Amino acid sequence: MAEGSFSVTDYLRTRGWRHISIFLFFLMILAVIGGIYYATQKVEYTWRWYRIPQYFYYHDRVEIRAEIGGDVASLVPKGDRVEVKVRGADVEEVYSVPADSLRVSEGDYIYPGDILGSYQQWKVGILLKGLWVTLEVSIIAVFLGIVIGLFTGLARISKNPALRWTAITYIELVRGSPLLVQIFIWYFVLGTMFNTLLAQNGMGQLSPLWYGVAALAVFAGAYVAEIVRAGIQSIHFGQMEAARSLGMTYPQSMHYIILPQAFRRILPPLAGQFISLIKDSSLLGIIAIRELTKATREVVTSSLQPFELWFVCAILYLVLTFSLSMFVQYLERRTAIGG
Amino acid sequence: MVRAENVYKTFYTTHKIEALVDVSCRVDKGEVVVIIGPSGSGKSTILRCLNMLEKADEGHIYIDGVDILDPKTNINKVREEMGMVFQSFNLFRHKTALGNLTLAQTVVRKRSKKEAEEKAMVLLEKVGIPDKADSYPDNLSGGQQQRVAIARALAMNPKVMLFDEPTSALDPEMIGEVLDVMKTLALEGMTMIVVTHEMGFAREVADRVIFMDEGQIVEVGTPEHFFKNPTHDRTKLFLSQIL
Repeated sequence: MAEGSFSVTDYLRTRGWRHISIFLFFLMILAVIGGIYYATQKVEYTWRWYRIPQYFYYHDRVEIRAEIGGDVASLVPKGDRVEVKVRGADVEEVYSVPADSLRVSEGDYIYPGDILGSYQQWKVGILLKGLWVTLEVSIIAVFLGIVIGLFTGLARISKNPALRWTAITYIELVRGSPLLVQIFIWYFVLGTMFNTLLAQNGMGQLSPLWYGVAALAVFAGAYVAEIVRAGIQSIHFGQMEAARSLGMTYPQSMHYIILPQAFRRILPPLAGQFISLIKDSSLLGIIAIRELTKATREVVTSSLQPFELWFVCAILYLVLTFSLSMFVQYLERRTAIGG
Repeated sequence: MVRAENVYKTFYTTHKIEALVDVSCRVDKGEVVVIIGPSGSGKSTILRCLNMLEKADEGHIYIDGVDILDPKTNINKVREEMGMVFQSFNLFRHKTALGNLTLAQTVVRKRSKKEAEEKAMVLLEKVGIPDKADSYPDNLSGGQQQRVAIARALAMNPKVMLFDEPTSALDPEMIGEVLDVMKTLALEGMTMIVVTHEMGFAREVADRVIFMDEGQIVEVGTPEHFFKNPTHDRTKLFLSQIL
């Protein structure tokens, strides 16, 4: 073989297998997508992706209706709008209507509720609304979950038996029963009780959203507590001894020495927990909270485009969880020691 | 300054360990006392009992006249006046050397940030590493870490310094730099209680040496007495093993 030449075997021995593997990866992805598409063609499913955007944002026609009955007294053009003056028995009203949608002419007799014209308006679709509810519920529950988890975690390692056993009981109860059942208990048991009590005292009801948030926060709190406990216990006890030997109190030592160090270690498992929480919020549809999954179900029922919509739903969850995971990675870099 | 009377301490782990049995001793102001003894003899335990990192089961411990085993005593106040240096340094790993020195000053002593930093720089100068003020503990050598730890304890203006085997975790070439700092401190008249295996340090710096074995104080004396003609057989045996 001539010097400097590069044979196929040399290529395979060096970079070749890596390139082939990457190629195989994309081939596989394409095969899966193609396979699904082929199968949907076999069952004669018609893909109508163009129908999906309207569930995010849509152009709605708003009709302008007359509120009184009477004659159209005058039509005065003003730019691209027309001012329609309607004169009734003893009242007069003026409506501003876009010129190209004008439906009446001078002298027409108008009944109350007749359409004079219409205009177009952008409106937020149900999927985007559902996404917002999911986001709202998740953010509140994450925040409460951190607070509950932090204090339960600290109570869990306390020397005081009352605190410790309370924490253990809470953690075991919550971790030992299904989230779905807990949501039912929060809404149908605690919610009914609480709302009845509120009603008896002349106060308004609490919306299901808050019971859903409570269920998620209390559920996540138990897991966060165990993460916090493990994080604190992973910090060498010498750190606590050094802090105490300088005259710092236990809470001071926790605040300034232990928790800042533990925080970095618990970030990755904490992120995992909150990603779970976002996904678990999809269960809240069963207590009439119209979050993303419930919204998707409603749209599927009316549009009959389940394939597109469920994929979209999954992708929207992915956007949320992926953003969270990116944010946590950013935090990890920010809090790195010496960084 | 420091007085322990009939102190007992028993640990219950897999089996019962009598770590301290009827230990009594006193350390006067300005004195340097070195505690030596084989491992497991209770020398670290008595040191840790002195600032309540370990709570003695029985007996009395007086620090500057305050009985620290009295439940009414605020132990944090007592600890403010006692510096402690650990075998494993225990520097706060998320803080720079400077941060290690200033934290307790601001949190406990309520000094201003500026005041604390000035004090910290003076002390870092004293232990010979002012240029490492902004380094994190993980980027310092063992000897440097231990010197920062000594400075951290000194930053609180303690009346007593406790040293728990300060050089045992160090590479041999770094022991000297830490001992030098401790010698300077002793010359300045600091009250020091040092648990160590460094016999050279004991001989050179100590006013008194306490020998402990099996949870008891076996022998107390000046370094001359101790290293030239110890009275007890156990002391003789120990010295013959390590010298």
